[in-house]
Amino acid sequence: MPPESTRAPRPAGTPADPPGGSAPAWGGPALGPGASSTWRVKLQAAGPWLGLVLLCIAGTLLNGDFATWDNAMNVLTRTAFIGIIAVGMCFVIISGGIDLSVGSMAALLAGSMILLMNGIAAQVGSPLLTVAIGIVFALVLGAVFGLVHGLLVTKGRIEPFIVTLGTLGIFRAYLTYLANGGAITLDGKLSDVYSPVYYGSLLGVPFPIWVFAAVAAVGALILNRTGYGRYVQAIGSNEQVARYAAVNVDRIKVLTYMLLGVCVGIATVLYVPRLGSASPTTGLLWELEAIAAVIVGGTALKGGEGRITGTVVGAVLLSVISNILNLTSIISVYLNAAVQGVVIIIVAFLQRGRR
Amino acid sequence: MSLHVDFAAVTKDFGAVRVLHDVSFELAPGRVYGLLGENGAGKSTLMKILAGYEPPSEGELRIDGTARRFASSRDAERDGIVLIHQEFNLAEDLSIAQNIFLGHERRRGWLLDDASMREASRQALRQVGLQADPDTRVRELIVAEKQLVEIAKALSRRARLLIMDEPTATLTPAETERLFALISQLKADGVTIVYISHKLDEVERITDEVVVMRDGRFVTRAPTAGLSRQQMANLMVGRELSDMFPPRLPPAPDAKPLLKVQGLTVPGWAADVGFEVRAGEILGFAGLVGAGRTEMFEGLLGLRPRSAGRIELNGRELRLRSPREAARHGLTYLSEDRKGKGLHVRLSLRDNLTLMDLDRHLHPLLDPKSEDEALRQAVADFGIRTRDLGSRAAALSGGNQQKLAIAKVLQPQPQVVVLDEPTRGVDVGAKRDIYFLIQRLAGQGRGVVVISSELIELIGLCHRVAVMRAGVLQTTLSAEQLSEEELIAHATGVH
Repeated sequence: MPPESTRAPRPAGTPADPPGGSAPAWGGPALGPGASSTWRVKLQAAGPWLGLVLLCIAGTLLNGDFATWDNAMNVLTRTAFIGIIAVGMCFVIISGGIDLSVGSMAALLAGSMILLMNGIAAQVGSPLLTVAIGIVFALVLGAVFGLVHGLLVTKGRIEPFIVTLGTLGIFRAYLTYLANGGAITLDGKLSDVYSPVYYGSLLGVPFPIWVFAAVAAVGALILNRTGYGRYVQAIGSNEQVARYAAVNVDRIKVLTYMLLGVCVGIATVLYVPRLGSASPTTGLLWELEAIAAVIVGGTALKGGEGRITGTVVGAVLLSVISNILNLTSIISVYLNAAVQGVVIIIVAFLQRGRR
Repeated sequence: MSLHVDFAAVTKDFGAVRVLHDVSFELAPGRVYGLLGENGAGKSTLMKILAGYEPPSEGELRIDGTARRFASSRDAERDGIVLIHQEFNLAEDLSIAQNIFLGHERRRGWLLDDASMREASRQALRQVGLQADPDTRVRELIVAEKQLVEIAKALSRRARLLIMDEPTATLTPAETERLFALISQLKADGVTIVYISHKLDEVERITDEVVVMRDGRFVTRAPTAGLSRQQMANLMVGRELSDMFPPRLPPAPDAKPLLKVQGLTVPGWAADVGFEVRAGEILGFAGLVGAGRTEMFEGLLGLRPRSAGRIELNGRELRLRSPREAARHGLTYLSEDRKGKGLHVRLSLRDNLTLMDLDRHLHPLLDPKSEDEALRQAVADFGIRTRDLGSRAAALSGGNQQKLAIAKVLQPQPQVVVLDEPTRGVDVGAKRDIYFLIQRLAGQGRGVVVISSELIELIGLCHRVAVMRAGVLQTTLSAEQLSEEELIAHATGVH
C-alpha cells in the first residue's frame, strides 16, 4: 500500500469520540442535549463579564478612588495597546495559530517608525504630513511582518510557534541594533504634533479608547458577520474539514497574521506618542499579556471558537487587577503578575470540560 | 478460563436522556455473539458498560454470578474483558511492542524489561498473523495492520471476553479470512466473542447467536442458523426492508457527459484512469481498501498532486488546483472520513451547512436569517432529524450527520457530486433515506459518483460501476452485468 499523503498529518481520532461507531445519538454527557448545552455555552460566555463585575465591586469596596471616571479612563487607556493586539491575536488563535512575536514587533515598528519620521521630517517639511507618513508606514510594515509569518506558516509549513519564536528574537534584536542598545527618540517638533494621538480626547474619552473600541467593533463584525470570519473559525475547528469544504485555507491563515500585524501597527501608532521613544524594553511581554487576554476571554488555545467581546473583557479584566493592586495595599504591586497568573489558571480550570 | 456474563435490567442515562432501558440477557462462555442494531440502538453504550468505560445508571452487571461494578477499563481487563475500539487507541509514535504493553509494562527492578516484552509481542503477532517486527512504529503500519495490533494487544491481556466493533471495516477479504480463522481459534480456547458489525453476511457466517437491540432496548437473542439476513435486518429496524433501494431510473438516452476524465495519474495511487459521468447517471466505484479510489478523486480535486490527466466538466477543460475551484465549476466531493474531513462536529449545523456556499448569504455581511432559512430548508429536504436547530453537529446521530454532510456538499448546487462511502457507519433506516436521496439527485439531472465498499449498495443503486485495483481502473460494468461475484473478481484480480 502506498504511503499516506504528507500534505497534512491526519489526526489520530477526535479525543472526545466514543469508541464505538454506533454511538448513541447524543454522544455522551459532555455533549448533553440542546437545552443544557446552550445553557452551558451562555454561562461560559458570561464568565469573563462576571469576573470583571466582581473585580470592580471589590475594587470599589477597597478604594473609593477606583470607581471614578478618571480612574476608569486611565485603566482603559492603558488597556488599549494590549487590547488592540489581543483583538488581532484572537483571530490568529481561533484559526489554530499563535504569534509570540507581537511585543518585539511593536518595538521594532516603533523604532523604525521614529527613525523614518526623524529622517524625512526635513524633506517633507510639514510635521503633520511626516507623522501621517509614519503612521501609514507602521501599519504597512506590521502587515508585511504578518505576511511573512503567514507565508512561513502556510507555504513553509513551519509551526507558528516556531516561526514567531524566531521572529520574536529577530525583531527585538534588530530594534536593539538600530537603537545601538539605547533608545530611539522622536524629534521634539514631531512629538508636539503627534502627542494628541495618545493624550488627546474626544467627548471626554481619551483617543486610544476610541480606537480600541473601533478596532474591537470592527473585529467582532469581521469575525461574526463575514465569510472570512466564518472560515477562520472553520479552519481552527478542523483544518482538514475546511480544506475539503473548498475553503482556501492558506490564504485565510495568511490574512489572520496580516490582520494581527496591522493591529500591532495600530497599537504602536498609539504607543509612540506616549513616550516619544522606543527602546529594547518597549513592548516587553506584550505577547503574553495579549494571549492571556484572549484566553481569559474564553477563546480556546487550540482554536475553533472564541469571541471578540470576551477578548476585550479579558484585556480589561487583567488591567483592572493591576489597577486594584496599585490602589490598595492588601497585596503588593510586585505580585501583580502572580495574581494575573492565578486568574488565568482559574479560567483555564473552569473551561477544561469544554473539549 | 470461561466467563459468564449476565446483564440484569441495565439502564443508562446521559443527563435526562435514557439510552438503555432495562436491558437483560446473558452471554454464555466460549460462544461468538453478533450484536446487531442500528446506530443509536445502544450497542456501544452497553459494551462500554461491560468493558468498564461507563457505569450503569441502574441495574447490574454480573460476571460469573457475582455483581461487578468496574471502576475503569483496567478493572474490566483484569477480569479478562477487553473492548477493541473501532477507532484505534494506539500511540502512533510508539512501537508495536510498546503499544501492546502500554500500561502493563513488564519491569525488571526499576527498568523496563524490553527483551521479554518484545518476545511476548512477537508471539502475539504470530498468533494474529501479522508479519511485522515488534519494534516497528505503529505510525508506519497501514490501517488493517493496526487493527491486528489491537487484537494482539487484547490477546496479550489474556482476554476471556473480546468485544470487536466493526473489525473488518478496514480489512481486505484475505485479512478478513485470517481474522475469522483467529476468531474460531479463540472460540475453541473458550474465549467469548461479541462481534458488532453492519455486515450481515459476516454475522451470518461466524456467529453462533445474534443479540438484537433497538432504541436502547433488548429485542431478541436467537441462534444465527435460524435467521436469514433479511430477518436480521428486519429485526434491527423493526419493519420490512424489502424496498431498500429506489427503482433505477435510467438517464435520458441523449444525456450528455458532465464529467470526463482521461489519463488521470496520481503518483503512488492511481495511474491513467479515465471515465465519464453523464447527466442523471449514478456511477459507482468499487475496489478494495487501498485501491486508490479516494486518492484518485482527491487528486482530481487538487487535494493531492497529480502528474497527468485531462479533466473536462460540461465540455470545458479545467485545471483544478483546489476543492474551491472545483466547487466553483460545479464539482463537489464528500470525504469518506466524516469526522476528520467531512464535517466540523464542534460547529453548529448552520455553520456546517453553509460553509461551501457562504457567498449566497453575504448581503454584503453574513445574514444569519438567510442561513437559518437554508438550514430549515435542508432539514426538511434531506430528512435530518434533530431536536434543536441550534445544536452542534456532534449532537446528531451518525446517519443524520451524514445527511447534513451531503446537504453541505450540495449547497453550491454542483452539477457533479462525488460521494465517498456515503453510508459508512450509518444505520439501515438512514441508508435507505440516503439511497433515495442519491436517486433524487440523479433525477434532477446531476451526475453522481458513489465510491463504496458495500457491494450490495453499488449493485442496488448504480447505473454503471467502475472497478479499481491497485490504482488501475480494471473495468466498467453496466447494471445488467453487476453481481457480487463479478465485482469481487475484478477488484481482487482473479478474473
